Amino acid sequence: MDIHALQQIVHKTRDARRKQTIPKFSPADRDQLIHKYHPDFRASAYRPIKFGPNEGDKTVVELATLLEGDSSIQDNADLTPQYTCDVLVIGGGGAGCAAALHAHGAGAKTILATKLRLGDSNSVMAQGGMQISVAPEDSPVTHFIDTLKGGHMENDHALLKVMVEDGPSIAKWLLELGVLFDRQADGNLHVKKGGGSSKPRLLTCSDYTGLEIMRVLKDEVINQKIQLLEFAAAVELLSDGQGACTGAIFKDLDNQRHVVVAAKSVIVATGGIGRLHIQGFPTSNHYGATGDGLCLAYRMGAKLAHVDTFQYHPSGAVYPEQLIGALVTEGIRSEGGHLVNAKGERFVNELDTRDVVSSSIIRECEEGRGIRTMSGRVGVWLDTPLLDAEHGPGTVEKHFPAMMMQFERFGIDISKDPVLIYPTLHYQNGGVKIDTNSETNVKNLFVAGEASGGLHGRNRLMGNSLLDLMVFGKRSGLTAAGRAQSMKQGALTLKHVQQFRAEAKKHGNASGVISPMILPAYTRKA
Amino acid sequence: MAQELNENVIDQPEVMKPRMVTIEIAGKKVDVPEGITVVRAMWYAGIDVVRGVGCLGGFCGACATYYRTKDDPKVRTCLACQMAVQDGMSFTMMPPFPARKATYEIQKLQDPKQDLFNLYPEAPLCRNCNACTEACPQKIDVREGVWKAVFGDFKSVSEMFMDCVMCGMCTPVCIADIAPNLVALYVSRAQGAHFTDKPVGLDTRIKEIQDDIYKDEWAKILKMNEKELAEHCATVK
Repeated sequence: MDIHALQQIVHKTRDARRKQTIPKFSPADRDQLIHKYHPDFRASAYRPIKFGPNEGDKTVVELATLLEGDSSIQDNADLTPQYTCDVLVIGGGGAGCAAALHAHGAGAKTILATKLRLGDSNSVMAQGGMQISVAPEDSPVTHFIDTLKGGHMENDHALLKVMVEDGPSIAKWLLELGVLFDRQADGNLHVKKGGGSSKPRLLTCSDYTGLEIMRVLKDEVINQKIQLLEFAAAVELLSDGQGACTGAIFKDLDNQRHVVVAAKSVIVATGGIGRLHIQGFPTSNHYGATGDGLCLAYRMGAKLAHVDTFQYHPSGAVYPEQLIGALVTEGIRSEGGHLVNAKGERFVNELDTRDVVSSSIIRECEEGRGIRTMSGRVGVWLDTPLLDAEHGPGTVEKHFPAMMMQFERFGIDISKDPVLIYPTLHYQNGGVKIDTNSETNVKNLFVAGEASGGLHGRNRLMGNSLLDLMVFGKRSGLTAAGRAQSMKQGALTLKHVQQFRAEAKKHGNASGVISPMILPAYTRKA
Repeated sequence: MAQELNENVIDQPEVMKPRMVTIEIAGKKVDVPEGITVVRAMWYAGIDVVRGVGCLGGFCGACATYYRTKDDPKVRTCLACQMAVQDGMSFTMMPPFPARKATYEIQKLQDPKQDLFNLYPEAPLCRNCNACTEACPQKIDVREGVWKAVFGDFKSVSEMFMDCVMCGMCTPVCIADIAPNLVALYVSRAQGAHFTDKPVGLDTRIKEIQDDIYKDEWAKILKMNEKELAEHCATVK
C-alpha cells in the first residue's frame, strides 16, 4: 500500500489516543517482557569467551570473536617511539576531548590520537540531551535512583555516585567554555524530562546537544594546541613487561605506517560497537564504532563488565531506506509523541526505559502488528505530528530542526506525517571495568566513556552518556596528569601480546581474525 | 492474518527492483542502484572511504561533497551520507580545505565583539556575493550571519548557526577569504561564555554538593541491602 494510506490510521486515531494514559509496567511484567523480546536475551546470539580476563563470560558472538582475535603486530616489531608524552588519549569524541583538555590543563604533555578526524564520534550525534540534576525539585540522589532503576539495579554504586555529583560542575565548565544550553526565561537552565527519569533533568541545545558540545570541545582542543594524531588507528597497546601500560602503536591510515607513542599513562576513549552490527541490527553509531578499545584493553588483561548487554534505541528509522538505523531522537517521545501500531493503538508508556520500549516494539512487530517495508524490515509508527497538535503548529520544526532536515532531504515532512521506526543498535551498556578515577585493573591504563563499563548497569538511562563522557573524561585526564610528575616512562614491550598469543594457542583459537577491526568492511568487493 | 499483513506493507517498487543508474564519481562513470546515498554509492563502486566518512548521520560534516545533476550547470553541495544518487549525477568529495582558524582563550577575552576584528580581520570584508549561503548544506543564511557577527549581534549568530556541522563548504567559495563557520564558532562561544546569564540555580546546586547537604540521604541509601534499595527505588516515581 501507499505509505500515506497506511499512515491514515495514525491521523484518525490521534485525538482518541490523546485522552489515553498508558501505565508503566510493574517490575515483574517488565522483566517478563524483556526476557521474552529484548535482543539481550536471544541465547543463540551469545557464546562464552574462550580465554582471557573474562574467560567463560557470555557475550555476543561478534564481540567474542574480536576479543579473542590476534594482534596485527609481530613479536619483533620495532618499538622505537616517534612521540613521547605524559598522557596519551586514544579517541577524539566527547570523553577523549574532555580527558585531553583536563590532562593538558593540569600541565601534562598530552597527545590525542584518533582514527578519523578530531570529533568524529557518536558524541556529535547525541540529540536527546545531558542529564544533570540542576532543577530545585531534583537532586543528585534522585538522579542516582533513576539511573539505578534504569540499569536494573546492577550499576556500580561508586561510579554512579561520582557521576551524579560531578554533574553540576561539569555543566558549569561547559557553560564557561561557551556551550549554549537552552534556558528558561529567568536565565536558569531549561530541563526536559527523559525516558525513565522521575524529574525533568535533561540539559539540551535544541536537538543538537552533542554537536554543540563537540563543536566547542574540538575548538578548545585546537585552541589549547594539544598535539593531535588524526587518521591514526590504535592497533596495540604497549606494556612495561610487568603489567603496566606504557604507550600504544598506531597505524597511520593515510600511509599505512606504524607510529609508536610512549606515554606514562594511556586513556582509551574509543567508544562503542554499533558497527559490528550484532545480531544483524542496523545501528545509529558512527563509522568507527567497532569496539577497538575493548580488544586492546582485553589483550592487556583488563577485565570487562556487563559485556553481555547492549542498548537498542527504540526509535531507529526504518523508512526511507537511506536513513535505516538513523536515530529519531527520544526527545520526540519526551514531548509526548506516541508509539502506534498498525491497528492505530498505543502499546507502551513511551517514557518507560529504553529496554522496555524497545522490547514492546519488537513484541508488536513479532505478533503481526507492525508495518513492513519491501526491503524486509518492519516497524511501528512514531506519531510526530501529534507534537504540533498538542503544543501548537511549528513545534516539531522549532524543537527538532535536525530531525526535520534529515527527513526533509528525502521528501518527508515529519511534522505532517508519522515516522516508521524499529529499535536500532545504539550503545554498549558495559565495557572495560573502571574505578572512580576511570582506571582499569591494568596500571596506568584508563578507560573513559562508552568503552568503559559498570556505570550504566544493564541499561543506560537516556541522557547519561554525555555526562558519563565528561565526568570520566575529566577524572581520567586529571588522575593521569597528576601521576605524570612523579613517574618515569616505563619500558615499551609486547610481553602482554606474547602472553595472549600463548593463551590463544592453549585454547586452540585459530580463527585467523585480527583485531581491532578499525573500520567496517562496507566496500563492495568485485 | 496473511491478508492483514499484506495490507501493512509499504509500496517500495524501487526496493523490489532497483533501477541501475549511471553516475560519475570524481569524473569516473559507474553504475549503481538508484536512490542509495552518495557515500554508499562509493562503497558500491568499490571505493574504500577513510577520509570523508564520520558519523553517517548528518551531524559531523566529514562528508562534504560537491555534486551536479544531469544537464544542470549548477554545482551544489551536500553531505554524502544524507543525499540520494540519481541518474546522471556527478559528484566529488571536498578535500580538507586549509582555512585559517584563529586561536584564543575564550574566557580571557576582554572585549569579544572587538576581538573578532583582531582574530578574523577579514570578517568585515564580505562583498555580499552570497556564495556561502548557497554552499551551505544545512541551509543556514551564512552571509547574513557574517554581517550580524560584524555588527555585534552575537546572539542571532549563535542561534542561526546551531545547525552548523562545520563541514566548511562555505570557506572555499568566499572571495574575501572569510571562513564563516569558524567566525560563527568563535561568535557562538563568545556569546555563551560572555553574553549569557549565569544560571543561579546551577551555582546553588554546586554549593549544596560542596556543603554535602545530601550526606544523610547518601548514607541511608548506600547502606541499604539489595532488597531495601529495590523497595526504596520503587517509591521514587
